[in-house]
Amino acid sequence: MDAHPLHAMIRFGLGRRGTEPLPADARAWLRAQLQDPDPALAAPISSTLAALEAHRLDREMRPMEGQTVREELLRRADTAIAMRILAETDSPFRERLVWLWANHFTVSVHNGGVRALVLPYVQEAIRPHVTGRFADMLHAVIRHPAMLWYLDNQESAGPDSPAGLRAHRGLNENLARECLELHTIGAAAGYTQADVTEFAKVLTGWSVDMGTASPGFAFMPERHQPGPKTIMGMTFPEGEAGGDAVLTWLGNHPLTFRRVAERLVRHFVADRPAPADVKRIADVLHETHGNLRAAVLALLDLPGAWQPLTKLRSPADFVVASVRALDLPEQDRPEMAGLMSHFGQPLLSAPLPNGWPDTAADWADGEMLLRRADWAIGIAGKHPTIDPQALAAASLGDLLGDANRLAIQRAASRRDAVALALAAPEFQRR
Amino acid sequence: MARSPLLSRRATLLGLTAAATLGKVSLALAAAPTEQRFVVVILRGALDGMAAVVPYGDRDLVGLRGGLVPKRPGEADGLLDLGGFYGLHPALPGLHLMYQAGELLPVHAVSNGTGTRSHFVAQDRLELGSLHEGITSGWLNRVASLLAQPEHGEAALAVGPALPLLLRGPAPVGTWMPPGGAHGDASFYAELAAMHAGDPATGPAIALALQERGFSAAALAGMAPLPNQGAFPSLCAAAGRLLAAPAGPRLAALEVGGWDTHARQMQRLPPVLKTLDEGLSALKDGLGPVWQQTAVLVVTEFGRTVRINGTQGTDHGTASVAFVLGGNVAGGRVAATWPGLAATKLFENRDLQPTTDLRAVAKGLLAQHLGLGAPALEAVFPDSAMATPMRGLLRA
Repeated sequence: MDAHPLHAMIRFGLGRRGTEPLPADARAWLRAQLQDPDPALAAPISSTLAALEAHRLDREMRPMEGQTVREELLRRADTAIAMRILAETDSPFRERLVWLWANHFTVSVHNGGVRALVLPYVQEAIRPHVTGRFADMLHAVIRHPAMLWYLDNQESAGPDSPAGLRAHRGLNENLARECLELHTIGAAAGYTQADVTEFAKVLTGWSVDMGTASPGFAFMPERHQPGPKTIMGMTFPEGEAGGDAVLTWLGNHPLTFRRVAERLVRHFVADRPAPADVKRIADVLHETHGNLRAAVLALLDLPGAWQPLTKLRSPADFVVASVRALDLPEQDRPEMAGLMSHFGQPLLSAPLPNGWPDTAADWADGEMLLRRADWAIGIAGKHPTIDPQALAAASLGDLLGDANRLAIQRAASRRDAVALALAAPEFQRR
Repeated sequence: MARSPLLSRRATLLGLTAAATLGKVSLALAAAPTEQRFVVVILRGALDGMAAVVPYGDRDLVGLRGGLVPKRPGEADGLLDLGGFYGLHPALPGLHLMYQAGELLPVHAVSNGTGTRSHFVAQDRLELGSLHEGITSGWLNRVASLLAQPEHGEAALAVGPALPLLLRGPAPVGTWMPPGGAHGDASFYAELAAMHAGDPATGPAIALALQERGFSAAALAGMAPLPNQGAFPSLCAAAGRLLAAPAGPRLAALEVGGWDTHARQMQRLPPVLKTLDEGLSALKDGLGPVWQQTAVLVVTEFGRTVRINGTQGTDHGTASVAFVLGGNVAGGRVAATWPGLAATKLFENRDLQPTTDLRAVAKGLLAQHLGLGAPALEAVFPDSAMATPMRGLLRA
């Protein structure tokens, strides 16, 4: 199984696209994908500025009844681009990292003003950093308007700030708490409520200025709580620099590295990461000052990385893998984001800030798996010329068990056979 | 994605007509090219013809497959007699009524061509009407292109979640999708459950979810009938109504699966036959008076082995049965040159020997019902001169 090419394409990629060539050296193929630059950085996803302008226009000039708001048009166009990248990319390993970190730093389209910002957020705050330093991604995420709005920091004001004293406005600690608990050191780190409050004070003034020609992140001193703050015994200065200092500290904290390592191992290797594996990746992060490329490449050397696949493809993974396996021209592809919703994982819409879960049990709901099979029947019916045995052989190869290969070969119709290939247990694995 | 060379060319042809196949069927009022209606029903998975139309008068039958033969006519749950030699399976009472009304004509020992026991290849042949490299359209699509095209809408209609190969090709075809999205046949979900049964993560979850959809544990284990999951009867009712419209389509295709009874055929087959029976009855009801101008041809890709296999089922065979039905069909009899079931008569010592070419049945209907002449028949079924159009399918 060591460095089996299809195994690599499934565990670390998005599934094989049609009959694209199998890499001769799977490790080299994966390593090459993490060389800069990321080709998808040039994708024509809207800028954060354009999304904020659309948001402002929608608020200033409310669309007439029946008209689609600008933000929604922008979101749809960006979604189509993001789905095309997933369906067609030659750097699927990198895409997996982009969506892994987008989920780690969850924002949701269901949070009012954030709707049009989610894909620009992924493109500008997440994507450039997936092979860079974790702390740099943390900085980019926390000052992005999508996160500031999603976790309610834009109105937070220090009680002793000019705005706080004038208008009796106060702290909102949501962003500070989730940044500690979810994004970095984790609840087990032993911080107190006082530490959360102090961090919230540090972040006062980190907001979004919609009143300028170029709306975007702004540090608003009149909301900032004056004076130094102390978090877990560390003291940070007043001003925007204080927040940057906290993020640098948190982003390089050994406990953060441990949680990053655990997330990487759980996502790519096993639902229950082996402590030795987590320690190995955390050590790499420590040695490289949080270099995510080095950490991810170290995953390839974990023994578990080449053991049989035990994780389940999430609904989003399944949609992407199916579209890639079928390799249909774009006009014949299903509406991918809609399918992700139908199978239980609407794009960038996790219900809570902790994002979508990442273990097999979380995606093993029977009715949701049956929906995959129902859909497979439909798409197979639309494309009666697909050769089911070739589809199974190309996408699963010898990862498909003999009994199930025979079941596909013996299915009562080409349509049933194609659907069984996509709904087979082996196709649900990654 | 690999496709056979034969099929990839078809895909490009399809691209040209894709726009015409989208959307719902047109009911625009336009002068219709013909008043006759012609419907083809594909039974995917290979119907055991000798289980549907049982030659109970053949003295070798019980010795070869006694475990699959229902009780004799007149007994409780017995066969529905078709004139003393053949009997309809008891799950086909609606068809028996049509038979008694002289509207059903079973044609036995028919074959779609020998040489393959692959579902995929045989279904391609059934729908393309040929396996010649150059043939890339379905034969019913070629029929559609021979009919005068209506001013609005399409002459042909696919009813169901898929556009079958049978109707693919250059002639525009309407599609009517059932509401609620695509679903497989019950047998598809049973196969799916079997594939997942050994998987600790997905197996129990899928079995449980299928139970919520009406599959009992016993049914999934093959010990009880599968539930009727098919939307076939409602699709047939819809097809009947759409075809009955004065400016509606004249040709239609439907399909229903569940016939691949490799195991426990006595449990698996009756509900599928019942679905077919209900569907064809609903089609007749939906057509109303237009039933008199309608001919329906029910076909399958091949038959099944004469003997029972090791799992109380039957494997892929050769000859099967076809049904011709309609208000003007010269029914009330079974059309067949019965080959017999003696050991020397079986095809390759395992299958019912074919005595009638399925294309002869189809060509006979196209000639008598739609008035296609010899050149048109040759265009629909190239190189089928040996399959002389069957005579006497309709009442004069």
